[in-house]
Amino acid sequence: MNFNPTKFDYVKHRKVYFTITIALVLLSVLLLSFRGLNLGIDFTEGTRVEISSENKIQESEVRSVIEEAGIDAKEIDGIQFAQGGTLANVTFVGEFSQDQIAEMNKTIEAKYKKAPSISTVSPQVGREIARNAIYAVLLASLGIVIYVSFRFQPAYGIATVLALLHDALMIIAFFSLFQIEVNLYFIAAVLTIIGYSVNDTIVTFDRVRENLGRLEKGGKTASFDELCTVVNESIQQTIIRSINTVVTVIMTAAALYIFGSEAIRGFSLALLVGLFMGMYSSIFIAAQLWLVMKKRTLKQPKQAS
Amino acid sequence: MVKKGKLATFFIIVAALLILIGTTSTWLLKDTKLGLDLKGGFEVLYEVQPLKEGDVIDNTAMSATLTAIENRVNVLGVSEPDIRIEGKDRIRVQLAGVKNQSEARQILSSTAELSFRDINDKLLLDGSDLKAKGAKVGYDPQTNEPLVELTMKSKEKFYEVTQQISKMQAPANRLVIWLDYAKGDTYEKEIQKENSKIVSDASVNQPINSDKAIISGGDIDAEYGKQLSSILNAGALPVKLDEIYSTSVSAAFGKDALDQTLFASMIGVAAVFLFMLLFYRVSGFVSIITLLFYIYLVMIFFNGINAVLTLPGIAALVLGVGMAVDANIITAERIKDELRSGKSVMSAFKAGNRRSFGTILDANLTTLISAGVLYYFGTSTVKGFAIMLMVSIAVTFVTNVFISRYLMQLLVSSRWFDKKKSWFGVKESEIREL
Repeated sequence: MNFNPTKFDYVKHRKVYFTITIALVLLSVLLLSFRGLNLGIDFTEGTRVEISSENKIQESEVRSVIEEAGIDAKEIDGIQFAQGGTLANVTFVGEFSQDQIAEMNKTIEAKYKKAPSISTVSPQVGREIARNAIYAVLLASLGIVIYVSFRFQPAYGIATVLALLHDALMIIAFFSLFQIEVNLYFIAAVLTIIGYSVNDTIVTFDRVRENLGRLEKGGKTASFDELCTVVNESIQQTIIRSINTVVTVIMTAAALYIFGSEAIRGFSLALLVGLFMGMYSSIFIAAQLWLVMKKRTLKQPKQAS
Repeated sequence: MVKKGKLATFFIIVAALLILIGTTSTWLLKDTKLGLDLKGGFEVLYEVQPLKEGDVIDNTAMSATLTAIENRVNVLGVSEPDIRIEGKDRIRVQLAGVKNQSEARQILSSTAELSFRDINDKLLLDGSDLKAKGAKVGYDPQTNEPLVELTMKSKEKFYEVTQQISKMQAPANRLVIWLDYAKGDTYEKEIQKENSKIVSDASVNQPINSDKAIISGGDIDAEYGKQLSSILNAGALPVKLDEIYSTSVSAAFGKDALDQTLFASMIGVAAVFLFMLLFYRVSGFVSIITLLFYIYLVMIFFNGINAVLTLPGIAALVLGVGMAVDANIITAERIKDELRSGKSVMSAFKAGNRRSFGTILDANLTTLISAGVLYYFGTSTVKGFAIMLMVSIAVTFVTNVFISRYLMQLLVSSRWFDKKKSWFGVKESEIREL
């Protein structure tokens, strides 16, 4: 089948998209409540030691080095390898003291010629970081709703924020599904998506407003069918632009994910997922939601003006 | 009729921009301050706790602690320290580019409370009796062994104390110098320990008629002697510092992260350039020029506000390229739209510009809201990301809206493209007749 994005009827099948999206959202909520997130030490407590070596690192070797540094290997929470096994990421449940960090540093540097990177977080700080992350997401969403409502109309604002909360939820659910570790950078990625995925929605809404304005010139009120046509045409007119603007960001995020440093790999992945979901929601959800909300106001008897 | 003057202006401006970027970017990069995740270093969040029971941690205590930490950081000789009070009882210290991290952390948090006691642990003199900057490394004139020389404020008081000790029966006639004596410590127990808090326990046979006390032997080598005297000169910490969060990155890690991410960035940016050129032709070429200038200008701004480049900051710069090009795409697509509807190149360009500005503004301001929130809540490296994002958005308006518009205008008004609509990425078959 030949799919032409500039001819496709985006409004006709809106119930299908809504159903898919509601199902996805419910699945995500279930997933989160049962599987939860693999929270890194930043949000809980504990210690992370990153070891880098010229050669492949053996797990047994890591354990013996850690014992040598005076830490019981039983304290190890997990060991992950990356970059062909030359990078080991060891996490511990507990906090390290200053002396333990110094000892660990010395022992590992002696063994692998490169000093490790060590982070340690106390439970109190971990809780604060997690709490701040939630505040940040809520505050950013609120700011965007207010802005969009102010620049457009509340109905556009509500549709926009539902779409962006959907995008944020999808990133979180993706990380829950694959149990990828969530760290500080993850929050930065979610907030970036919240701010950025609105772009496409706004581009579409801008066109909707423009086309609607042309139609309602002279105080005329558009019928529902006319609204459907407006939304459809607006999406068709802006779809290439919507896709292309995201594609350039996807290119840069993908390059960072594939070639970038291990430390921001999770961050780049979160961005990639968010960009794709943002593209989906701005094409298939946001404008259609607006249409449904607009339909309800049409049914109410119009006050004399 | 092709207006050659406009075309010439266009190429002169492009050449000038490229020469500017080419000749000064090395200098610009050298000027960029790298964060601890790129050049190695550490960040510690200390919780300030009272040293003695009953002490209160108030604003005065916090600022005294801040000063003491600043003095110690000066001892370390770190070029760009970042030390700030957070909340009521916390201090965040970020040191990028420290050579010996373990030693630096030791120097920062050791209380360095000096006390002179007898062997029964009775306090005779303390750090406040030391003359300002009164500690220095010296060498024993006979053995040439390194030692730490302490100059006291009052010669008389020191004479009195040493007289008191010399009267005690040997071997009890010892002047015990402690570092960080804590309640419950005793001379008998402590002197057995390997890493003793006792730095000296010299016998005093007769009163010393001088203002100088000497710490020598044992642990004192040239390096430790220097460190000890630096800490003593920087002054004791009035409080206890607890590390509640810390992260350290070794220089080797930082270098790897920098190299990999720069490489990834170049690939990402090159992909965007190629994409723009293939999809938007002339508009794409203009966007490449403006993007190059965009990266250059972002770095100038970023350095100008003294911001520190972190790993996520580089990511923000690269993502910013992807985002900034949005402005070009929105305009270029508008131009394509208008061309397809049969407008001339000139009027399509004008209509495209007029209609795209509002959209670009809205799209960027929402990202700015997110970046602002992130700046407010984020710490260190994440803050670096937020700053870069905000700078990127501001610069986008300069380069990818105004400069690219000006360049496009030069090209369009040269009228060279009047018959070349396909040069904007529009197929002839798509153009509707008016």
